[in-house]
Amino acid sequence: MNFLNLKKDFPVFEQGPLVYLDTAASSLTPTTVIDTMNEYYRTMPVNVHRGVYQMSYEATKKYESARDNIAEFIHAEDEEIVFTRGASSALNMLARMYEPYIEETDEIIVSEIEHHSHLLPWQQVAKRTGAKLVYVPLTKEGRITVDNFKSVLNSSTKVVALTAVSNVLGYRTPLKEIIKLAHEKGAVVSVDAAQSVPHEKVDVKGLDCDFLAFSGHKMLGPTGVGVLYGKKAWLDAFEPLEFGGDMVDYTYKENATWKDAPYKFETGTPPIAEVLGLSEAINYLKNVGMDAIKAHEESLQTYAMKRLEALEGVSVYNHTSETGIIAFNIDDVHPHDAVTFFDEDNIALRAGHHCAQLVMAFLNVAATLRVSFYLYNSKDDVDAFIESLKNARNFFTSVGF
Amino acid sequence: MKKIEQLYRQIIMDHYKNPRNKGLKDDEHYVSDHIKNPSCGDDITIQTHVEDGIVTDIRHQGSGCSICCSSASVLSELLKGKTVQRAEYIAENYLLMLMDKDYDQSIDFEDAVAFQGVKQFPARIKCATIAFKAFQNTLK
Repeated sequence: MNFLNLKKDFPVFEQGPLVYLDTAASSLTPTTVIDTMNEYYRTMPVNVHRGVYQMSYEATKKYESARDNIAEFIHAEDEEIVFTRGASSALNMLARMYEPYIEETDEIIVSEIEHHSHLLPWQQVAKRTGAKLVYVPLTKEGRITVDNFKSVLNSSTKVVALTAVSNVLGYRTPLKEIIKLAHEKGAVVSVDAAQSVPHEKVDVKGLDCDFLAFSGHKMLGPTGVGVLYGKKAWLDAFEPLEFGGDMVDYTYKENATWKDAPYKFETGTPPIAEVLGLSEAINYLKNVGMDAIKAHEESLQTYAMKRLEALEGVSVYNHTSETGIIAFNIDDVHPHDAVTFFDEDNIALRAGHHCAQLVMAFLNVAATLRVSFYLYNSKDDVDAFIESLKNARNFFTSVGF
Repeated sequence: MKKIEQLYRQIIMDHYKNPRNKGLKDDEHYVSDHIKNPSCGDDITIQTHVEDGIVTDIRHQGSGCSICCSSASVLSELLKGKTVQRAEYIAENYLLMLMDKDYDQSIDFEDAVAFQGVKQFPARIKCATIAFKAFQNTLK
């Protein structure tokens, strides 16, 4: 396996030694993305969709071609791409917009491995409408399977809200078959793709999902921008949640009409620099190649897992994870104690419940450590991490944990 | 010595492994306060019993990292038997000490002095303070 060697493209590495293993929370930013955002502020820092002057026209053109680029990346049409503050905001927005279609007798299928941002909006919808929130039973290792999904799917199912890849356990959900089955029962499917779009090819047409959301900052882009994909028919049907400039068509004293989707969902000045930055991040990812990224992460994961499993005194919670996410703990050491040790070795990894408290309950732990890999990680990063982990385990044992 | 070795000192480990005054009382004379740090899962309840202006008992219960759990144990020993006024004063100065602000250096912090090491780990200061904050709330 030839590993990618891309650290040179990420200026944060010039700040000093850093082994960055927390991409599942947020990714690092390449120079090209930073430059693109700076260029907007340097050369055309003006609004879009409003000015009739040349500079605003140019900014609008760039902004809308970014939308085209992002749409093409997930095989969507440009009018199916709504810019949001991030995946959380997109998923919340969707639940709110879909709520009027839900009745008391309906059922909403979710799972215990959802990120809070995909679980809580639907939990709230269920509370407000009286609809039933139904959890897909997980397998012993914490997976969603087609068979388990079938066991909760029925003619009352109205919405299926599932993650593409678990942000703690790294498991891939068999979405294609689940979506097909859900559609046969007349249900719509919302996909949290925050952990899949950055790491592998995603094709919304091939999947046939109704809605899908992801964040810019987990895929080399800036914070503050994300995407809600929705099938055109749904976006046309939904009423906007926010009203104001740019989303309105005609305003009368007692009434108003809206622009077409996606513009009716994007009132106010959008995060223009961030949208351009996200589009440039996608250029970077395409340039490296999504298949190469996926293969690179799989190799790192396989290598890291093998070394982890050889260690005594370390418990791994997702041995069969097929993506670059590993959840584990040092036995008898609280992850917050452990993470301080790694921090001293300039290794950044996550400790906590990862915004997925039901996963912690499922694993029967208060919190876990998590490493996650991306295209800029190297085999050396894994080695440094394992070395530090061994030292941490020995240190905590020596002081009496 | 690495910074981390200064942090995980014997005093802290002793209180972590052998916590004093642990376990809550089912007694309405005790005032409870519960603080949770949702980002890491630290979860501490402090119970205080006050009689005639004296803190006669402090109990604690919870789950969390070693710094969080041991600081609750240290607190219970440090402030039990003090007047409410004195206990409040010590708790306030303990928090000032951890936040690297001016504090009354004449106070004998007993085992709590060990938590000075946490200052070098800004991300962990919260762990060492939540028990004391919960204690302050029980006196309000």
